[in-house]
Amino acid sequence: MALLLIAEHEKDTLSPATLATLTAAKEFSVPIHVVVMGSSVKKVADDAASHEGVEKVWCVEDPALSYPIAEQMTKTLVELGKSYEFILAPSTTFGKNLLPRIAALLGVAQLSDVIKIDDNKTFVRPIYAGNVLATVRSDDPIKVMTIRPTAFDRAAPGASKASIEAYAFKKPEQPTATFVKLEQSKSTRPELTSASIIVSGGRGLQNKENFTLIEQLADKLGAAIGASRAAVDAGFVPNDYQVGQTGKVVAPSLYIAIGISGAIQHLAGMKDSKVIVAINKDPDAPIFQLADYGLVGDLFTLVPELISKIGK
Amino acid sequence: MKVLVAVKRLVDYSVKVRVKADHSGVDLAGVKMSLNPFDEIAVEEAVRLKEKGSATEIVVVTIGDKSCQDSLRTALALGADRAIHIETSLETQPLGVAQALKALVERESPELVILGKQAIDDDCNQTGQMLSALLGWPQGTFISKLTVKNKEIEVIREVDGGLETLQMPLPAVLTTDLRLNEPRYATLPNIMKAKQKPLEILTAEALGVDLSPHLKTLSVSEPPGRKAGIKVETVDQLIDKLRNEAKVI
Ligand SMILES: Cc1cc2nc3c(=O)[nH]c(=O)nc-3n(C[C@H](O)[C@H](O)[C@H](O)COP(=O)(O)OP(=O)(O)OC[C@H]3O[C@@H](n4cnc5c(N)ncnc54)[C@H](O)[C@@H]3O)c2cc1C
Repeated sequence: MALLLIAEHEKDTLSPATLATLTAAKEFSVPIHVVVMGSSVKKVADDAASHEGVEKVWCVEDPALSYPIAEQMTKTLVELGKSYEFILAPSTTFGKNLLPRIAALLGVAQLSDVIKIDDNKTFVRPIYAGNVLATVRSDDPIKVMTIRPTAFDRAAPGASKASIEAYAFKKPEQPTATFVKLEQSKSTRPELTSASIIVSGGRGLQNKENFTLIEQLADKLGAAIGASRAAVDAGFVPNDYQVGQTGKVVAPSLYIAIGISGAIQHLAGMKDSKVIVAINKDPDAPIFQLADYGLVGDLFTLVPELISKIGK
Repeated sequence: MKVLVAVKRLVDYSVKVRVKADHSGVDLAGVKMSLNPFDEIAVEEAVRLKEKGSATEIVVVTIGDKSCQDSLRTALALGADRAIHIETSLETQPLGVAQALKALVERESPELVILGKQAIDDDCNQTGQMLSALLGWPQGTFISKLTVKNKEIEVIREVDGGLETLQMPLPAVLTTDLRLNEPRYATLPNIMKAKQKPLEILTAEALGVDLSPHLKTLSVSEPPGRKAGIKVETVDQLIDKLRNEAKVI
């Protein structure tokens, strides 16, 4: 019996979230096989094969896989997955979109956002926006789960060389969605989920123009930018900046929350950060209850001062 | 076009839940319950489709014990036409729910099924994707925009990399993200009217599905809390702490 890890990849390498999932996979102490799907994935397969602990890499190539559409990938993964005991994918929008389909067609449950593996059938996962941790047991013959990337370190490439084998693409018989376009927010800053420092802004910034304060501070620190839902809803920043229960989950070494009140749904996405700083004019804002360093005052005077002093 | 909307009743988003003393579960006694916020958005989207003339009938369904009829009445007050309650005393989990919804889809033949992307109690984010796979229908998950074009729809999805646009034929399964719409409030006359709208009660047995949970919760606990921090008085002090104490800049 073995474990199948469904790889998410970007350009020619495994995504950082996939590397964290690989670390989680190693805890099962069974052979790890990685499946890489795309129109041309030779380089990704090589990257996967170079990681310690990976025994085999399955390569599934077809023009229909040039963009990851869940319905295109399902049939192949169900076929391949049914001979495994564990099937893992990262808990990113890629994994969340795809993995429940595989579980349903295999007739087994899926576990979402696993943060700890107690043993091969017992797992810990957050519920209620991370306010509660549940220890859950699965007696299904195949355990299918998404892994929360912030809960595991990213596996580093090793010197090993796993075998790479082709696996035939199984074309879906039923209608599928087709890809039209992806609007990416262009940024030269670090990616939110892998940044070591994040400067995050909320409704307190009042408008898009003022949000440039967050950008200036982020640039001084070489940080990524995050936001509360209120800031995204108000159009200060694009949707993929949202941190929280329904946005991204981050755990940088430093998270600076500016003009963010600290609603439980926001905290769900950042409370595992190593050091949290809050700047807010309301001394009773809930964010101060978990901030390591709180600064009470008007962000419009404090942030410019911080920007001018911090780089020195 | 007939639209089926699936909803769940759960602890209101504003409540900070507590773990029971024996760690067997979350204490729900006397806690405020509501319609899952994502499902409210799903109902709202269906109502807007009807107002635009794209939808002809909205059927809302929930699976759970008797108390779940609350959320059906709420959905009816928001504009759904009729409701179906699949009654069970079992704990509902995504796979069983998706299998029950599949059986219901076969009975009701909707052209579109809309669900919330996740329930904010178990935070699973699975049911819509499972239903799509079981039915063999295309899926549009985490959507923030829906455009109906004859027998085709176009959706914008909120993904980690930005905004993704997909096109798909009907019938299809969609799951909502928060920015799809802002749900209306039910008016008093509509709440009154909702009481007269049809509500049918079914059992899982009648639909031929087994709702027995696959996963067993052994215990629940509160996550380790963060130790209380300090307030600093000035920007200089903050920079000093970050540099010399936390050593993060
Ligand atoms: C189902 C559901 C899911 C959700 N998911 C998420 C999620 O993923 N992420 C998320 O962030 N939210 C989420 N929310 C929303 C969440 O409940 C809050 O509404 C949101 O986080 C509030 O954002 P905010 O802190 O920016 O705004 P507010 O709560 O309005 O806080 C603004 C803060 O700015 C401070 N402020 C104002 N002016 C100044 C100034 N001049 N100087 C200093 N401070 C100032 C105020 O004191 C206040 O504390 C969700 C809600 C629901 C119902």
